[in-house]
Amino acid sequence: MDPMITSIGQPNPTSIIFFFVFVSATLVITYYAAKKSRSAAQFYAAGRSVTGLQNGLALAGDYMSAASFLGIAGLVSLKGYDGLIYSIGWLVGWPIVMFLIAEPLRNLGKFTFADVVAYRLSQKPIRIAASIGSLMTVCFYLIAQMVGSGSLIKMVFGMPYEVAVVIVGVVMIMYVLFGGMLATTWVQIIKAVLLLGGATFLVFLVLLHFGFSYTELFKQAAVKYGSKVLEPGGLVSNPWDAVSLGIALMFGTAGLPHILMRFYTVPDAKQARKSVFYATGFIGYFYILTFTIGFGAMVIVGQDVISKMDAGGNMAALLLAEAAGGTVFLGFIAAVAFATILAVVAGLTLAGASTLSHDLYVSVFRSGRSSEEEEVKVARMATLALGVVAIVLGLAFKGQNVAFMVGLAFAIAASANFPALLMSILWRNFSTFGAALSIATGTTLAVGLIIVSPTVWVDILHNPLAIFPLRNPAIISMTGAFAAGYLGSKLRPDAEASRKYEEQKIRNYLGVGAE
Amino acid sequence: MHIDRSPGVMDSKKFQALVVSKWKVSLSLTAIMLAVYFGFILVLAFAKDLLAVKIGEHMTLGIPVGILVIVLACVLTGIYVFWANSRYDKSVQDVLKSMRRR
Repeated sequence: MDPMITSIGQPNPTSIIFFFVFVSATLVITYYAAKKSRSAAQFYAAGRSVTGLQNGLALAGDYMSAASFLGIAGLVSLKGYDGLIYSIGWLVGWPIVMFLIAEPLRNLGKFTFADVVAYRLSQKPIRIAASIGSLMTVCFYLIAQMVGSGSLIKMVFGMPYEVAVVIVGVVMIMYVLFGGMLATTWVQIIKAVLLLGGATFLVFLVLLHFGFSYTELFKQAAVKYGSKVLEPGGLVSNPWDAVSLGIALMFGTAGLPHILMRFYTVPDAKQARKSVFYATGFIGYFYILTFTIGFGAMVIVGQDVISKMDAGGNMAALLLAEAAGGTVFLGFIAAVAFATILAVVAGLTLAGASTLSHDLYVSVFRSGRSSEEEEVKVARMATLALGVVAIVLGLAFKGQNVAFMVGLAFAIAASANFPALLMSILWRNFSTFGAALSIATGTTLAVGLIIVSPTVWVDILHNPLAIFPLRNPAIISMTGAFAAGYLGSKLRPDAEASRKYEEQKIRNYLGVGAE
Repeated sequence: MHIDRSPGVMDSKKFQALVVSKWKVSLSLTAIMLAVYFGFILVLAFAKDLLAVKIGEHMTLGIPVGILVIVLACVLTGIYVFWANSRYDKSVQDVLKSMRRR
């Protein structure tokens, strides 16, 4: 394929039409959702009316970012098998969410995961600590998404970076501000269906090309680029690095505020568990599709063309879409990538806004004495503020290397949010001091260690040698958070909290009194 | 129907059995997932050549193994849902019934 004939990077009429159809349709949904987004349960949790299947799709929509679609397909197209190893890491956290977190979270909480941690403990210190962990996770994830989307849209549509960031920010604010969780959920569902549908069709075109034979696909890849593309390469060279990243991905998924928040949108624990099952299935299927798309691009488009467009391989899926399905299909896939970005940032912003309003404003500043109208009003103001912050950060970090921020967000989620959440569910003698110490230790270690790790200290600050040897700190920071939670609870026990554990168990396991 | 939420008014033996069985299943499935994933990572780190073994003209062992890890993650969540829907929910109903009776 001749790189000169690609239309990527020029305004493509089909993609613009598809994109406008998507935005108009989702804004119409937002308009109707706005009428049903007045109470707190409606604004934060879509009135708890979402079914297991719908929530499964929405969870998948929240999780399958543009980076995981275009990035992993690109990685596979350039590195082959190593791309598969990478995507497996992103999936294996979901069973953990199911086995340890989903049902207790749904039964014990109301709108945020801090509801569960603070269930038996002193409200104010726990809410403040949990908000810090939550907001840091959301912010780092959001910066990575905004910067990634700006450069991506620039590359795909030839639109200036700044314009792209502002469009993403403004449309996302409209969804969340007016439509709350209901509109956000439907944006996620539509995006997930479009992404899974588009990727399935792309895989169909690839397999059509190879006579529906994976053997033929792999054979041509091996003939063209050597059998090394079908073997593990250099991705896992340092075992400790790989294990630490694995811990961050596995347990971080179970501590992501925008994922955890989605479990409050279903009516009960049974639907919560169903939704994880569907989400795991959709995400697993999606990674098998991206693996096939990556190999398809490697053979049909060619590695030289892919890396000429973008050294990281991010354009592989789009080049393949154009080569196999023509300009119209390219336009469709490009519009889906744009929609994907919008949906992910909307979910993040809503999670951040609920932390600011529900955890900080209502539980800390107003000591729980706030009317529901006031809470929703503050949540909307927080949405607007976070949306503006996201746009400003997106513009401020233009051209910066922010890829590490996703890894950092997962490390904080695994260290600050997950240990406190799990201990509050499982351990009778978990105390207020222990929880606050655990969250503080997890956050400090995760952020502190990543600064002195090769990821930031060498790659970004250009020092010759890293102080901390691992690229992801989760193995130390998560262990530290569990240890701090244990020691803190032993040092300053909380008799009242231990006494309430029996009542918490009844609500947790039987769902009695769950909201 | 009124349900008394204080711990004293239920069949506590049944309730304890329910909690124990829930964590037995949850923790066993978690252990399987951890063993499989970190086992896979450690094989990649220490015995990479094992996954490069050819099982066809070009196909390597690593590809079906990788796909299998993905499929296993889905299957394990499926097993949990099946167990919870068929066993756990029934035990919950049993305990709730005992709470209503008293």
